Amino acid sequence: MPIRPEFWGIPHEWNPALWSYSMMFLAALILLVRVYLHARWWWQVGRPERRWDQLPLRMWRLIRYAIVQTKVLDQRYPGVMHVAIAWSFFVFFIGTTLAAVNSHLFEVLQLLGNTTAREHPETFVFLKGDVYLVFKLILDLAVVMFLIGAALVGYRRFVQKPARLTLDNRFVFTFVMLVVIVVGGLIVESLRLAVEKPAWAWWMPAGWLVAQLWLVTGASNETLVTWHLGFWLVHLGTVVLTLVTLPVGTLVHVLTSPLNIFFSKLDRPMGQLAPMAQTQEGKPIYASTLRGLTWKQLLDGDACTECGRCQDACPAFAAGTPLSPKQVIVSIREALKRDGAVLVRGNGATPLLVGETIQDAVVWSCTTCGACVRECPVLIEHIDTIVDLRRYLVSEGKLDAQLQDALAKLGRYGNSFGKSERLRAQWAQTLQPKLKDARKEPVEYLWFVGDYAAYSPSVVDLTRQTAQVFQRAGLDVGILYEAERNAGNDVRRIGEEGLFEVLVEKNVAALSKATFQTIVTTDPHTYNTLKNEYPRMTNEQMTNDKLQRTPVLHYAELLDTLITSGKLKFSKKLNYTVTYHDPCYLGRYNGVYDAPRRVIEATGCKLVEMPRHRDRAFCCGAGGGRIWMEEGAVKERPSEARIREAAALEGVTVFVTACPKDVTMFRDAVKTTGNESRLVVKDLIELVNEAL
Amino acid sequence: MNLIVPIKMVPDLVEELVIDASGARLDPEAVRLKLNELDEHAIEQAILLKEKGAASQVIVVAPDIEGIDEVLFTAAAQGADRLIKLTGRWSYDVSNRALARVLANFIKTLRPELILTGVQAHNDLDGAVGPALAEHLGMAYVGYVSGVIIANGSARVRKEFPGGLIAEMQVQLPAVLGIQAAEKPPRYVPISKIRATMKTATIETFPAAVLETIGAPVNVHLFPPETRERATMIEGDVNAVAARLVEIFKEHGVL
Amino acid sequence: MNPDIFVVIEHLRGQVSDLSYVMLAAARVLANATGGKVIAVLLGHDAESLARDFAADRVLYIEHSAFADFSPDAYQRTLENVIKEHAPRAVLFGDTTIGGDVAAWLSTRLNLPLVSACRTVSAEDGTLKFVSQICGGKMMAEGELPGPTALVMMVPGGYKPEQGRAAQAPELVSGAAPALDDLRVRVNEYIEPAVGDVDIAKEAILVSVGRGIQNQDNIELAKELAQVLGGVVSGSRPVIDQGWLPPTRLVGKSGKAVKPKLYLALGISGAPEHVEAIGNAEMIIAINTDPAAPIFNLAKFGAQVDILDLLPVLTEHVQQARGG
Repeated sequence: MPIRPEFWGIPHEWNPALWSYSMMFLAALILLVRVYLHARWWWQVGRPERRWDQLPLRMWRLIRYAIVQTKVLDQRYPGVMHVAIAWSFFVFFIGTTLAAVNSHLFEVLQLLGNTTAREHPETFVFLKGDVYLVFKLILDLAVVMFLIGAALVGYRRFVQKPARLTLDNRFVFTFVMLVVIVVGGLIVESLRLAVEKPAWAWWMPAGWLVAQLWLVTGASNETLVTWHLGFWLVHLGTVVLTLVTLPVGTLVHVLTSPLNIFFSKLDRPMGQLAPMAQTQEGKPIYASTLRGLTWKQLLDGDACTECGRCQDACPAFAAGTPLSPKQVIVSIREALKRDGAVLVRGNGATPLLVGETIQDAVVWSCTTCGACVRECPVLIEHIDTIVDLRRYLVSEGKLDAQLQDALAKLGRYGNSFGKSERLRAQWAQTLQPKLKDARKEPVEYLWFVGDYAAYSPSVVDLTRQTAQVFQRAGLDVGILYEAERNAGNDVRRIGEEGLFEVLVEKNVAALSKATFQTIVTTDPHTYNTLKNEYPRMTNEQMTNDKLQRTPVLHYAELLDTLITSGKLKFSKKLNYTVTYHDPCYLGRYNGVYDAPRRVIEATGCKLVEMPRHRDRAFCCGAGGGRIWMEEGAVKERPSEARIREAAALEGVTVFVTACPKDVTMFRDAVKTTGNESRLVVKDLIELVNEAL
Repeated sequence: MNLIVPIKMVPDLVEELVIDASGARLDPEAVRLKLNELDEHAIEQAILLKEKGAASQVIVVAPDIEGIDEVLFTAAAQGADRLIKLTGRWSYDVSNRALARVLANFIKTLRPELILTGVQAHNDLDGAVGPALAEHLGMAYVGYVSGVIIANGSARVRKEFPGGLIAEMQVQLPAVLGIQAAEKPPRYVPISKIRATMKTATIETFPAAVLETIGAPVNVHLFPPETRERATMIEGDVNAVAARLVEIFKEHGVL
Repeated sequence: MNPDIFVVIEHLRGQVSDLSYVMLAAARVLANATGGKVIAVLLGHDAESLARDFAADRVLYIEHSAFADFSPDAYQRTLENVIKEHAPRAVLFGDTTIGGDVAAWLSTRLNLPLVSACRTVSAEDGTLKFVSQICGGKMMAEGELPGPTALVMMVPGGYKPEQGRAAQAPELVSGAAPALDDLRVRVNEYIEPAVGDVDIAKEAILVSVGRGIQNQDNIELAKELAQVLGGVVSGSRPVIDQGWLPPTRLVGKSGKAVKPKLYLALGISGAPEHVEAIGNAEMIIAINTDPAAPIFNLAKFGAQVDILDLLPVLTEHVQQARGG
């Protein structure tokens, strides 16, 4: 009858149970103490933040992202590679726990006075018979899975050596330890099987195969038992060593990453930034040092596995700017490691977070496109931290001259072009019939036009086309004329929270006086802030009940509905082969991917996707206030890289997008990359207009 | 050392300039005021001097015109120590002569040692405020200054001449300097800081002396510039414009 | 009442400014109306020869070593005496770094009316009048020059310097300077502009950029156009202030006056301080998205497109015209 052997081959007089459990317990204790000594810095240094709510949802996310590891699996090779190792260890962990329970549950119950345990202890021994065989099979298969994973790791790290992975000693140490543990365990089992040669040996296929090696050597049973003892000790030793060194090796992520996933933000959507931190008295707290960050932001640093996926996806990094999202997060970790003790003690000067640990240019290079956040397998929230660092820089006035100028214009005229507010609706003067004035009469759709659509000479024509399409569809639509101001999405992401609030106040004042059912806009940035941030402002002057209940639509969503309901009918089919660029704030931030695609399809165009599409779309480079900043030294503009990506698609002649800033950036890029004869950039409204 | 910065508000040229019914001035309803750009530089230069330890106090003085409060609070957020508003029956387009006299009467009470003000404003019609102010106060005056160093009770200033030539001049204090450019562009102050300053800083108000009207330009009437020499505009998109320009270049003999 | 018109000549290191001749021309207009003489007031040190081509009836020359440089103090005190003594009908100053330091001080000191930014003068039924250009060139102001003595600060553009030059030297009369030993303002030294760069005043083709260029990186676009045209990049004050071009490239009141065959004003609004320096350009072409920009009043051709869009396209067109 197959049954799990207890400490087979270990001399009984050594009392292996006592020793091994004691050592493991001690190792675990050391591990926990070391982890605690570092982890306590998160809340001792960092600001408080409420992340303990919605426990069931957090548990579910933990299972999804930390155990099943869906985000890790987004990339096939590294995904399979990592999952092979991680899941095998989950199996080992569960297996070892079950074995311990199997061995000692009845003893514990006996101590507790359970009569069944005393009289029939065998009822609590479950690893016997078929159960045991399946148990062993699963464990062996896990070993094989690990070995496959390890081979994949070896090839990737030592042969392929992708640029985004930093190969260093800590990693090699961890890798070696894990391999030694698993191979050691396999050898231990195989040596036992070589001696015992049980009838059910094929239920442990890996172990039995390796056992053949020992049988071939013709060593005696005593020799095999001695080897077994030796490898068992090594196995125990390596496990203890791994546990004890876990906090300083790369393996620490098995603790910090699940913690990070568990505590990831649930209270606000990606498109909503957290408000400025304030003291009790209402004074702002800036992230000048680590103290200005929350404990969760510090945990972000420790959870980072340095996988580099964020860096690979980052348009600023690809353009050659100093920004690497991975480096920003790692810098926070290094800073905490270096300065944590000093910060807690409260004496001594610590270097500034921005300016010394992280350079200004790094922080300013971000376009806030969200690709890093989308990619991160452990749910690090890079953008929140970068915006906090920007808030600090703004408070110190450390912005480049062009950005200062743009902010001054936004503050004074409510638009970044420096043109008078009175000219905001000049584009609409030529419309016949005139667009309704939402300040004066109720409308069904309030069209929040946005800066670029209203003021930029190259975009204004598209705005007029949009007005015409709305008219054709018979929409009851009006605009706020001169009362509208820049919605403030990018002002907020630059870190000028005060100016953002001023803009919100003015816009809300205008919106409060108007009567409307739905808000629609052509600008994804405007869309994002009106939808996600305006309804949730806490200050009375910056929001109202009506706003909180009013739906906000991007015009692609509206067009989609109009087409489906038949209010917009196309008279011809366009035969263009097009590709569609998902604007960051429409797609990745707000999940609107299908509506624009349906609209494209409805116009009769054939859609060919770029390799990086939907939530993987590659940013044009204008977001996060970048369009207002000095470009600096770039080796290839993101917009140019994107155009090249599109130009590589055979047969595609039209590059379609649904954002006025995208149109501006990509039209420029088509010229500067010399693709004028190859591609033409059109806004979604142009296709619709042509097909009507 | 007390460093005084008199400032004034001028029409914002981004907006359309509308002449009022009388024809003598701009329509006050249509005009939008902003701080004179060169006065912004004067404030910045003053703060820079204070940061270098050359001045102990920066005092900003302005006539009480609509919108001046925010301008003064912004100056305080940038580092000014005292904010002073002179109240009275002002309009922003009072003549500089009258303004200078009123300013002088008040500034005398502050024991001024150095006064910085923008060397001109675009709506000046009777010369700038600075030299007139200097005469009232009996101080030396140098204008078109783009650099100031204070050392041993006197100022070393860089005065701009045409062609990029600079004269480094020694000026005995007390003096009035007309600022053309601060050593650094005026610094940006985040709105949150300005709002915070509004809660902590106070604007002191003093009554302005009676304004005189003599000396102002007589029987002025405004009119928009003649357009009879207006350029021939080239129509079309950038391609059309570029093509036509190349033709013009050829005709003119430069291509 | 003295009907004479005085002109305070501006000179620096042996050079008389073009504006001085413009003022002499303007003074002539006024003198014809009042029946008085045009008297050039020249404060200098060994500088009589500067007056050789003044179109004036007389030169009042005041010699003092303090006038070797321009000191506001010295000019203020001296001119105070001159005006008190002669009480002319009008005194013309330059609206410049020289005249600006002096005229408003004298106006207050002597309680005399002052008009600045004056472009042209005229006489109507015995009333002397002025036309000034204010608000960045977007507004004109017309009014009277009251008696007994009116002070006028002039800007270039209303008259050509040739109108103020004469074939022979006018009569020279000497005046006495007051005590000028305890001046509060003195020149320590002059700092020359950087050399080794081009002299835009000698260039035939200038591609000039203003605020519309928006940032330093875009200057490259202008450089490319300048290169294919065989010209040089220059700029207006805001561009130099930002440090996007060196001061040697400044076209304007505090920079250089230029006289190229072709002046391309890109994204330049046309404020008077700039426009006064390009009056002698043979042809000015202005590109600006603001249709109300004053530059269009001076340019021969214009277009209302974005210079950032136009520059690369124009460069290509020129390149093609040159044969690739």
